[in-house]
Amino acid sequence: MSTIGQLDEAETAISFAAMRDIDRRPVPPAVRRHRFLMSVGQHAGLIAVATIFIAPFFFVVMTALMTDNQAVTPSFIPRPFQWGNFPEVFRQVPFIRYTWNTMQIAVLSTVGIILSCVPVAYALARMRWKGRQVAFLFVLSTLMLPIQVTIVPLYVLWVRVGQIGHLTPLILPSFLGDAFSIFLLRQFFLTIPEELSDAARVDGASEFQIMTRVIVPLAKPAIAAVALFNFLYNWNDLFAPLLFLGENQKLWTLTLGLTQFQQRHGTEWNLTMAASVMIMLPVIILFFLAQRAFVEGVTLTGVKG
Amino acid sequence: MSPWILGFLLLILYPMLSSLYFSFTKYSLLEQPVWLGTQNYTFMFTKDPLFWLAFRNTIWIIVVGVPLRIVFGIFTAWMLTLPRSGSRVYRTLYFLPSMAPPAAAALAFVLVFNPEFGPINQVLKGFGVSKPPLWFYGPGSSKWGLVLLGLWGVGDAMIIFLAGLLDVPRQLYEAAEIEGANGRQKFRFVTLPMISPVIFFSLVIGVIYGFQLFTQAYVASLATSGSSITDAAANVGAPQGSMLFYSIYLFQQGFQSFRMGYASAMAWVLFAITMVCTVAIVKGSRRWVHYQGGGFR
Repeated sequence: MSTIGQLDEAETAISFAAMRDIDRRPVPPAVRRHRFLMSVGQHAGLIAVATIFIAPFFFVVMTALMTDNQAVTPSFIPRPFQWGNFPEVFRQVPFIRYTWNTMQIAVLSTVGIILSCVPVAYALARMRWKGRQVAFLFVLSTLMLPIQVTIVPLYVLWVRVGQIGHLTPLILPSFLGDAFSIFLLRQFFLTIPEELSDAARVDGASEFQIMTRVIVPLAKPAIAAVALFNFLYNWNDLFAPLLFLGENQKLWTLTLGLTQFQQRHGTEWNLTMAASVMIMLPVIILFFLAQRAFVEGVTLTGVKG
Repeated sequence: MSPWILGFLLLILYPMLSSLYFSFTKYSLLEQPVWLGTQNYTFMFTKDPLFWLAFRNTIWIIVVGVPLRIVFGIFTAWMLTLPRSGSRVYRTLYFLPSMAPPAAAALAFVLVFNPEFGPINQVLKGFGVSKPPLWFYGPGSSKWGLVLLGLWGVGDAMIIFLAGLLDVPRQLYEAAEIEGANGRQKFRFVTLPMISPVIFFSLVIGVIYGFQLFTQAYVASLATSGSSITDAAANVGAPQGSMLFYSIYLFQQGFQSFRMGYASAMAWVLFAITMVCTVAIVKGSRRWVHYQGGGFR
């Protein structure tokens, strides 16, 4: 395998050299024109698809700025631009309270996930112990288990301890680990060279010190990805809040609050969309700030598995 | 390891075993469980038309939605490999919809596809379609609305395909060109085998998550029936049960009608179906998934 790899590299080097030589020659005008047309065509196609992806956002924002009468007409452009819809959302539903509830759940769960999953992933990836492979298979198999299988008894459990309608069922389980996060972190930890740990061991570091001083600093991108995924998951989730918070509207999250403009006289689309914009905006900003971690994290889940 | 072991016991193993027990009982949460034997299961398979409706709807959305999502994911990822410049901007724009909260995305789609004033049907009418679909408001077209919603949020699958496409060694294409392969042949005999592990991964994940489809369908059916989120029991799956999916029916039985035993039985049937499908895909995959290192990684 390794010789083939080396051969491949040699070939690549040769073909790159060849390509450089070709590039040095003047490009015939016909070829240049063809390349230019190709690239125009490609960008036209890419822009067309991008438009399809972005159009719904555009329509959401436009509807968010319409009057409630105009929102149910076929027009695209708000007339007049009713910026008052955004403060109106705050007037009709306790939007700030929902934001605060959602933030609590998302931040505390994320902290819990990191604290509980990093040590487990470390033990699975970088320590030798009997039963390690079996433990890893258990983690993997829980990934396949539909939440529906465990949800009824968990609900009963939370009813028994009187925590339905509280935030506890949405936060506490995160401190006990999560299979997906463990899996992702383990995959990343495996890519860190073993020599680094060995060097630290020679210097007399304990496993805990190796984890906190050597591995965690190197694994920052993966930990960031896990944190972002969990924050986003909790921010976006509807099922768990719907199940565990139920009728206790004081503790509702943003996604639950979003559906409140449904009732009374039909759907108030302009306010629903104004609220949607405000829920999507933090996510989009977060994405732009941490794009790299997101993309690398998603890639890690699929390719190195 | 210990927090995870505690978590595993408390959040996975104990609930699994007790839901297995509940599945053989009648349990309303208010009284103690009453042993029924296999009655929940026989009722489900022989006497509950709604179970079969939910099952059929779920199979439909998986069979139609998952392959379309894979094809569209590969297509968009391939498009992103083309340009020499600006691909970062395009990648961001294509990925963005998959970040939107599913509840908000579903509401947006119900609006965009509104039969009377949504832009999609305006455009269709502009092209001379006299009777455009009712989309989320019609039993025949509501599931197509959900499929399109899934395609809009293709970003997460697309990014994995993109990584797979960029990993294909250039020399393989060059070798194929020397052999005289055209574009389509290169795709069929180089690209597809090389990204087949990624296709396999998306297929497995797509089927597992397909059976658990909940939020988008739940929110869309609330929005079309105009009911509030906590009082939707009568309207789940609107219009006319076309968006009644397995997980929605389970949720409605368990937590709105408080038939905890029946919901547990449904959950175990779901688990069994998921396992069978996953094993079938894994077995079948040996024929078409190509691992570069040889062997199963």
